[in-house]
Amino acid sequence: MTDLSAFLKELLSLPGLSGYEGPVREVIARTWQPLVDELSTSRLGCLHGLRRGSGSEPRPRILLSAHMDAIGLMVTQIQDGFLRFTEIGGVDPRILPGQQVTVHGRREIPGVVVQPPERLLPPGHGDQPVAMEYLFVDTGLLPEEVQQLVRTGDLISFATLPLELSGETLAGHSLDNRASVAAVTACLDELANTRHAWDVWAVASVQEEETLGGAITSPFDIRPDIAVAIDVTFAKGPGVSDYRGAPLGKGPTLGWGPNIHPALYKAFKELADQLDIPNSMETMPHMSGTDAMGLQIVAEGIPTMVISIPLRYMHTPVELIAMKDVTRVGHLMAEYIARLEPDFIDHIRWDD
Amino acid sequence: MNPKTNSQQAPVLGAEAIALLERLSNAVAVSGDEGEVRAIVLEQVKPHADEVKVDALGNVLVTRKAKTKDALRIMLAAHMDEIGFMLVDEEEGGLYRFATVGGIDVRQLVGKPVWVGKQHQAGIIGARPIHLTKRDEREHSIPLDQLRIDLGLNGKAKVGDRATFATTFRQSGPSLVGKALDNRFGVATLIELLKQAPQNVDLLLAFTVQEEVGLRGVRVAAYAFAPDAAIAVDSTPAADLPMWDGSENSKFNCRLDGGPAIYVADSGTLSDPRLIRHLSQTGDELGIPYQFRQPGGGGTDAGAIHKTRSGVPSISVSVPGRYAHSAVLIGRLADWQNTFNLLHAGISRMNRVLFEQPR
Repeated sequence: MTDLSAFLKELLSLPGLSGYEGPVREVIARTWQPLVDELSTSRLGCLHGLRRGSGSEPRPRILLSAHMDAIGLMVTQIQDGFLRFTEIGGVDPRILPGQQVTVHGRREIPGVVVQPPERLLPPGHGDQPVAMEYLFVDTGLLPEEVQQLVRTGDLISFATLPLELSGETLAGHSLDNRASVAAVTACLDELANTRHAWDVWAVASVQEEETLGGAITSPFDIRPDIAVAIDVTFAKGPGVSDYRGAPLGKGPTLGWGPNIHPALYKAFKELADQLDIPNSMETMPHMSGTDAMGLQIVAEGIPTMVISIPLRYMHTPVELIAMKDVTRVGHLMAEYIARLEPDFIDHIRWDD
Repeated sequence: MNPKTNSQQAPVLGAEAIALLERLSNAVAVSGDEGEVRAIVLEQVKPHADEVKVDALGNVLVTRKAKTKDALRIMLAAHMDEIGFMLVDEEEGGLYRFATVGGIDVRQLVGKPVWVGKQHQAGIIGARPIHLTKRDEREHSIPLDQLRIDLGLNGKAKVGDRATFATTFRQSGPSLVGKALDNRFGVATLIELLKQAPQNVDLLLAFTVQEEVGLRGVRVAAYAFAPDAAIAVDSTPAADLPMWDGSENSKFNCRLDGGPAIYVADSGTLSDPRLIRHLSQTGDELGIPYQFRQPGGGGTDAGAIHKTRSGVPSISVSVPGRYAHSAVLIGRLADWQNTFNLLHAGISRMNRVLFEQPR
């Protein structure tokens, strides 16, 4: 059994920004190795783990996709030893002043995002947010040393360490979406002692925060019959009080909308209720904002589902999840896979 | 310049002094609740002091007698307190409303881990996900009343507990990096000066409380000491960053690597010219780098000291530090060392003649 909390904390301590997922992929590969029959890396860097089913060949295949890439920053200019930067993924500049970061230069250099004093900014700024173009990263090193160690295009990742808070909750950067990588791992753990007819392809996907490059390419080789994107969703809490938030620690959400095949929603909903796994519907009227957007439209098209873990403070370095929700998602998927009959695919229909 | 003289007189702030600064920086002492730093100060000063007292407000007052008769009574003040928060209301499920203590830019709070209460319980200050914000919303700062300290599901603290940024001290190349270096730099400097105390003056050290909320502690400390002269030892902002438009930055206040910042004038004090002259001459003669802080704005404990009793000749000397009153300050070991050197040498060279001239 994987120590899920320790594994997740290790993932949260690693960089792995969109397009540069190597460091985190390595640790996931190490953890998945004993749980799968084959491990490979796609041409764009997705990690593919295959667990063969017990059914007769050709076996149907289910793909579980959890993106492992993280949001962060990238150096655009070096000015008197200070670093100007842009964003990788969606970063609200208002969360940046005072954040501790790691600059991935010729070596890893700790730094801080700084908001220059008002008198060094364009007049009339007042107490309004300072735009990203006026912020710096200060490494505390002398300008000559910075010049030697850092180049334009170097990555900057958040350095906030994972924090265990009350009620078995965990805070840190990139819980979006490494919490879901942990959930897929929990599913694989459970499947190790469970008979399942279908082949299971666990995918730690890349570039979700920028291009969906992983989700739209990995299924092309795998050709799954069903794809499930596992991601995080907004939890109720400060800043989120309306219907778009699900309660933290009260179970996963099941996606509903054009990215989702209704037969899959129905199957997951019925199973979750049957297993007494608390859950709620997440309405996605336009798009899901997850790997599902890519998975759905690969090749001839794939019936797709989205399952999400509620998370507070998304895209800040102090995202917060409840571990219970992570294990619930893992359990729900394992139970679902264990019950997949070889002919289930024939039941995925548009019955209108 | 005479570096030889300098090296003879100046004890080096080595690993032990940095370890002390680290302990002080990691300790939490929000104005009005300075106990954790006070405990470290008491432990450090007792072996070297002739008299140690904790007064009615919580200041630590330390006396170290001169070896000579009729010695000057020189007061050094460094505030122990730091900016932070107080929990003011409990909401459902481990969420707390909080107020700021001291001058904090609310824009610095978002997305930070914090320590709550005497046990440094972990908490976070989150923000609304960018996905749910509209462009015009992002053009406005998130007001304090929308922020909460989140302790996790059903986390418990007490209304009234203090909190501050959860930042652990580190060294980075030439820099010292941590929270509350304004003014743990000053606190550590005073402790080190006591350990290497000049013998020619009665050294009166005030480790003060509540500086960040209005120079309250130092007012009564200066009254109690009734010194002949005083130096406030603090940390002042180095705003030595590039200007937004690439023009020359003429509003830098002071610079890192420029040595101790000597105050001529701030918003609360016109420094005593005899002390300005004395310290700058000391620096010039011994080859200790120093800089004059750009006059204007800001303030230190000297603002209260110089108006105590019938008046006290006063000045401030600060270790330059970037990003004061935020989660992370960056200062230089070399600046701290030179601040210590200038103060040590300056005090060692003080005598009554200095104050016999009219101001």
